[in-house]
Amino acid sequence: MHGSTEVVAGHALEHHFADMGQQRAAATLGMWVFLITEVLFFGGMITAYLVYRVAFYDAWKVGSEHMEFWKGTINTVLLLCSSFTMVLAVWASQVGKKNLLVLFLCITMLFGIGFEAVKGVEYYNHFREGSVPGQFWHLDIEGADVPHVQLFFVIYFVITGFHALHLAIGIGILGVLAFQAWKGKFTPYYNNPIEITGLYWHFVDIVWIFLYPLLYLISRKHT
Amino acid sequence: MSEHVIAWKTYLWVWLALMALMAITAFLSTVDLGQWNTPVALAIGVVKALLVVFFFMHVRYESQKMIWAVVVAGVVWLFIMMGLTMTDMLTRTWTGVPGH
Repeated sequence: MHGSTEVVAGHALEHHFADMGQQRAAATLGMWVFLITEVLFFGGMITAYLVYRVAFYDAWKVGSEHMEFWKGTINTVLLLCSSFTMVLAVWASQVGKKNLLVLFLCITMLFGIGFEAVKGVEYYNHFREGSVPGQFWHLDIEGADVPHVQLFFVIYFVITGFHALHLAIGIGILGVLAFQAWKGKFTPYYNNPIEITGLYWHFVDIVWIFLYPLLYLISRKHT
Repeated sequence: MSEHVIAWKTYLWVWLALMALMAITAFLSTVDLGQWNTPVALAIGVVKALLVVFFFMHVRYESQKMIWAVVVAGVVWLFIMMGLTMTDMLTRTWTGVPGH
């Protein structure tokens, strides 16, 4: 049970695990089980979006015209790049390159912050043009099915809001990890936190991979 | 106890593929494909998601069979919720309703 590897990583092995391999397997499996609940959480909202898109197609088309294509595209680029630097951070922790690990974690954070900033500008523009349902609603769409255009925007804000919240949590976790990495906590023998935070970050990226076509692309040409 | 390390060049190729697919799907949104715009955009999304899951999330290299079971379970439950709901929504109008 106490082979040479475990002695090296002694301080990182929690007492209720037999060895580092078991600890790693448990952490990875635990994150995956959590992510499956997240798949259904976002899946439920996306199902609602699709059902109402079929039911109120014209209202959905009017609402989609107020999406900003280039901001959505820039955000897709930012998140895909952030997933790349995240996986490079995991790689750096596996090969024991501490400075590269800190660097990649910080770059990943910056991509995430960039995404939130663009999203914030989008939300501000929606507020300005009056496409926020409720007392600030003053969108000038004569003849359109206004209640269901509002429904489109409700679902839009709920889905993208929860996605942005998940990303903000990810940015916070990355900040903690970057600090711990800088302090030298992670080694090729102990890097579970980097690995499973990577899984979470990639999942948030995948949610956006589907939100991007659904919100920004599929209604640009009439189908 | 170090796990299998994947070469960083593999990640670079996957990232380039993701960026290329994103450019393709963004471009195709400006082309009128008739009823195929939505299926094509979602199919490209599925390919991108698979690339992320298999390479960035290491499922391709995962030796723990339980991880595979959990991933498959997630896809199955998502299909039950989304797939079965949409088969209803998309086919309701195919046949007339008696009395209407």
